[in-house]
Amino acid sequence: MTIQSTVSDVAPTRGKLKVDRAAYLQQLLSLRPTLDASASFLQVIRDRAAARVKALAIPSTRDEEWRFTDLSDLLAVSFQASRTEAPTLGFDSIQRFILPEALSSRLVFVDGHYDPALSAVDDLPDGVVVTSLAGGAELLSDLPNYLAQQQGCEETFTALNTASLQDGALVWVQKNQAIAPPIQILFVTTATQPAINHPRVLVIAESGSKLTVVEEYVALYEGNYFTNSVAEIWLADNAEVNHTRIQRDSVEAVHIGKTAVSQARDSRYTCNAISDGAKLSRHTLEVYQTGEQTETTLNGLTMIGGEQVADTHSLIAYTKPHGTSRQVHKCIVDDRAHAVFNGKIFVPKLAQLTDAGQLSSTLLLSAKARVDTKPQLEITADNVKCSHGATVSQLDSDEVFYLQSRGINAESARRLLTYAFAYDVLQEIPVPSLRDTLAKFVREHF
Amino acid sequence: MINEGSSVILSVHNLTAEVDGVQILKGLNLEVKAGEVHAIMGPNGSGKSTFSKVLAGHPDYTVTGGEISFQGKNLLELEAEERARSGVFLAFQYPIEIPGVSNLDFLRVAYNSKRKHQGLEELDAFDFDDLVRHKLDIVKMDPAFLSRSLNEGFSGGEKKRNEILQMAMLEPKLGILDETDSGLDIDALKIVANGVNQLANAENAIVLITHYQRLLDYITPDYVHVMEGGRILTTGGKELALELEERGYDWVREEEAVAAK
Repeated sequence: MTIQSTVSDVAPTRGKLKVDRAAYLQQLLSLRPTLDASASFLQVIRDRAAARVKALAIPSTRDEEWRFTDLSDLLAVSFQASRTEAPTLGFDSIQRFILPEALSSRLVFVDGHYDPALSAVDDLPDGVVVTSLAGGAELLSDLPNYLAQQQGCEETFTALNTASLQDGALVWVQKNQAIAPPIQILFVTTATQPAINHPRVLVIAESGSKLTVVEEYVALYEGNYFTNSVAEIWLADNAEVNHTRIQRDSVEAVHIGKTAVSQARDSRYTCNAISDGAKLSRHTLEVYQTGEQTETTLNGLTMIGGEQVADTHSLIAYTKPHGTSRQVHKCIVDDRAHAVFNGKIFVPKLAQLTDAGQLSSTLLLSAKARVDTKPQLEITADNVKCSHGATVSQLDSDEVFYLQSRGINAESARRLLTYAFAYDVLQEIPVPSLRDTLAKFVREHF
Repeated sequence: MINEGSSVILSVHNLTAEVDGVQILKGLNLEVKAGEVHAIMGPNGSGKSTFSKVLAGHPDYTVTGGEISFQGKNLLELEAEERARSGVFLAFQYPIEIPGVSNLDFLRVAYNSKRKHQGLEELDAFDFDDLVRHKLDIVKMDPAFLSRSLNEGFSGGEKKRNEILQMAMLEPKLGILDETDSGLDIDALKIVANGVNQLANAENAIVLITHYQRLLDYITPDYVHVMEGGRILTTGGKELALELEERGYDWVREEEAVAAK
């Protein structure tokens, strides 16, 4: 669905709409929901971000960070504010998204609103707080030290999210606590109208703690809506967080998501980022090292077809010695879809003895499928081990033939080989039911 | 074992084929009957592997002329998977690796696709498990191999043994072994050859494509064919292989040249 923009200064140029990108952003800002009294502590943070947004515009392909991803499709839609109250959903309608491993450690948001009836946080293990942000404010007085305090929070869409903040998910693990069940944070969109939502996640892992968190975006209908999400994750000394991010928004939707991670010394962070939804999606994943000897593992899998565009921009910013990172990003691109991967790794002079490896692999399933992949390593330290590689391939006819020669038809053979391509990323997902669901999806989808 | 009265399994007549516009097979003739073991030898580039792929139906190879009849049916009308289900099996020179698909699952899918083709019910996991474990003995494979990803991280010898295991499961009418012996040490070669000998019977036929006579010390062929330039130049018994080993291929070409005048 394409709805003409209602922004006033729209001029047609060469048959295309030319939209004032600053005015369009201000229009999005004007849609921000009002704050509930219970969340009034957010006012200062919101106002600061709103002031920032007023100086910005929607980026264009002339911006280096958005060179391969054209946001014109976004600008063509006139979004409405999301509903002031969430619709009441029965458990049946979201049951298929529920992880059995997280039966009593789950937060559910419907169209941006926390839904206590669908959430399950009453039987949490000791040592962890899982709540809505509004509900957590009383418990945790030092929340303002973390919320919207990550580097890079001035970026356009992150600032827009913060300026529009009304609630979010909060997961706080106490010192030396290892939380066994995964924490599921489920954002459900019911929109059939072009609505905009700003989901927010804040994860704080205190020193020596351990946590598995699953952040998931799903849709009940194939609606045209805009998800502008931000997750902030803080790892204190020696903390360990395994973060799985699943983006399965409607194929008519726009999804722009930010994950900002801060890693103190000896901490271990893993991100498994899976994207298969949205007409236009962007995941900006930024990991900032603040202490020595951090470990960072980034596994990415993008699976797109039709006319989908999916962009992943990652950054690992070292500042201290002895850090290691392993990054594997895979894309399966079918039809006329377009994948983008840009992997930055900064290794400044102080970050000696860094060991960083990056691999980007793309499987193109059609002649019209496209990928732009770009490693971007900026290294000024002189005693480091850094490697990167990029491969783009198609299914090999010899491989298909091998399976056919065992009686497997050509279509099943191609699916099996596509699954094999995705396998090493899928197997890293720490929640078995989720791993199986995604494996099934890959085996049946392509 | 040659038995004049047995039925013809494979009949190839004046076959020509090309890949990427280059003609490789140039009028190949071959007849294989039930119970027989044929060896096709020849120098690199003579078209041996191309012939095996054409028989199994590799889509990159185009048949430009001639006929292939398999058990009286026109093989060229069938897709690769249909040929497999009808009883053509090709053991690959370079078996591929598929991470994430266990050997056991793969064997079951392949086996059941053949059962389905024969109008039989698919075997359930338990019955299938029993069957596989029984077949493992043929190639002396450890059951631990079944739970590993298909060919992933297998040694050269393990991959070839796995090919013979697949053949044992699928019980083909025609087993084509494309350089199954290449790259094997003598112990692995004996295991593979022994496996093939156990599978050969009066109802099926084996075509061994090989570069080396060594394999034929362990699998005794009824016929040895020498291939060169996309055709079979000469055919003999197992003693022909020994002669080739001793004298190389040049004398075959010379004799052919003389005969052609």
